[in-house]
Amino acid sequence: MWLWFHKLGSPKYFYTLAGKLIPWFGWITLLLVLAGLYGGLILAPTDYQQGESYRIIYIHVPAAWMSLFIYIVMAICGAIGLIWKMKMADIIASSSAPIGAAFTFLALVTGSLWGKPMWGTWWTWDARLTSELILLFLYLGFMGLQSAIVDRRTAANACAVLALVGVVNIPIIHYSVEWWNTLHQGSTVMRMDKPAMDTRMLIPLLLMWLSSQFYYGTVLMMRARNEVLDRERDTGWVKELAMEGK
Amino acid sequence: MGLPDFGKYAFYVWTSYGIAAFVMIINLVLPMLKRKEILKTLNRKLRREQSKS
Amino acid sequence: MNNTGLFTAFLTILKRDLTLAYRTRSEVVNPLLFFIIVISLFPLAVSPDPNILRKLAPGVIWVAALLATLLSLDSLFRSDFDDGALDQLLLSVHPTPVLVLAKVLAHWMVTGIPLLLLSPLLAVLLHLPTDAIGVLLATLALGSPVLSLVGAIGVALTVGLRRGGVLLSLLILPLYIPVLIFAANAVGNAAAGLIITGQLYFLAALLVLSLTLAPVAAAAALRISLR
Repeated sequence: MWLWFHKLGSPKYFYTLAGKLIPWFGWITLLLVLAGLYGGLILAPTDYQQGESYRIIYIHVPAAWMSLFIYIVMAICGAIGLIWKMKMADIIASSSAPIGAAFTFLALVTGSLWGKPMWGTWWTWDARLTSELILLFLYLGFMGLQSAIVDRRTAANACAVLALVGVVNIPIIHYSVEWWNTLHQGSTVMRMDKPAMDTRMLIPLLLMWLSSQFYYGTVLMMRARNEVLDRERDTGWVKELAMEGK
Repeated sequence: MGLPDFGKYAFYVWTSYGIAAFVMIINLVLPMLKRKEILKTLNRKLRREQSKS
Repeated sequence: MNNTGLFTAFLTILKRDLTLAYRTRSEVVNPLLFFIIVISLFPLAVSPDPNILRKLAPGVIWVAALLATLLSLDSLFRSDFDDGALDQLLLSVHPTPVLVLAKVLAHWMVTGIPLLLLSPLLAVLLHLPTDAIGVLLATLALGSPVLSLVGAIGVALTVGLRRGGVLLSLLILPLYIPVLIFAANAVGNAAAGLIITGQLYFLAALLVLSLTLAPVAAAAALRISLR
């Protein structure tokens, strides 16, 4: 296990491994998305309260979950990078940020598109929408700091500190529902006893969530590979790769 | 089998899915292009160095 | 020199920063002037109607206080970074977080306390009810140290950058939001005659949390920035 962990820390090993995994992850993502879309848009019944508009949750909810999840991944990788000085952790943290920002953006846009027919307004300053917006600012700050610092190692470490500080805000985001208690409906899936949703609605949602995890994995590996290539451009194996044509 | 009909919500639902698809695809394509670009510039640089020596 | 106690070192830095602030008074006064001017813009821009102003007052005063703090933050490490005193600080035998805390305390004493003293005056200008003024002072007393502490992390991260000012606001403002929400909410509720102990407890909790964690994070950030 530890040997494998250290091997993964070596850029060349990661590059070849990720190269093999990317197509697999890509196809799994596509299959899951298609299954999720079929289940969500065609099989799932109409919601008796919200009508057809609820179908937006198949994008909105996975995107919102991913936006939180990716930020936490960034913070954990930041901590690993700070403590054990592992290069790959830095690379994963920095490659995750744009993907997380994209998911956050999607959660906001789809939330707004859902809110218009439901609440009659594009935007309400309700707790969860607002905290999602704050999360987007956190992502943008992270990316801003990263691009502002020229030295890679300094940038990675500074961003790691920022991510760890920002993670203090994540519980505030998550519990904001209970704190402010505005017109956003409570969580309907995360109940301990039994989900409040119909299974025919729930299964596509879980499929879409799983597909976004695989999507994240795919794009993360693609970005991380680029980062590895860029960082290691003076090493022999990268030069060989570049000379092979293409 | 045509597209399902979402009545008065069709606009909101399809816009959501459209934007999501757009963002997801952009996020896939950009790293691909970036990779090609990195390898290309590196290739050019190496060739230049070779022809010099 | 090395055998000076930790407390002495703390006091020395505090005294030094206060003296420096006293010598460069304009840098200290400018954020305060900014605070006053921004607040006096609101009646001109929105409406001089006391009823509207009363409603806006808690939020306006708090947002202005936040921005004034943000403006003043740059001076926290900037001059020390330029003249190399910051390197000396990191080389000291004493734990960096404690020394950072001394600097933050000095910063709060020259910006936070004047804000606190000015705010009743501005509250009167905005027709805030007298009962709420006491609460406003309480929220500022609890909240403005948090602003200085959390701000220190951001400044420490951006101190090595040539143009860190705009970036600093991007990094720090999202982190200020919990303070802003609870403080402005407390003042607003007090003006409406509601109970506000919950919000004050929350602000106190934030203060304790940032007092313990922020100096550590800021010290780590300084080490990274100065490497």
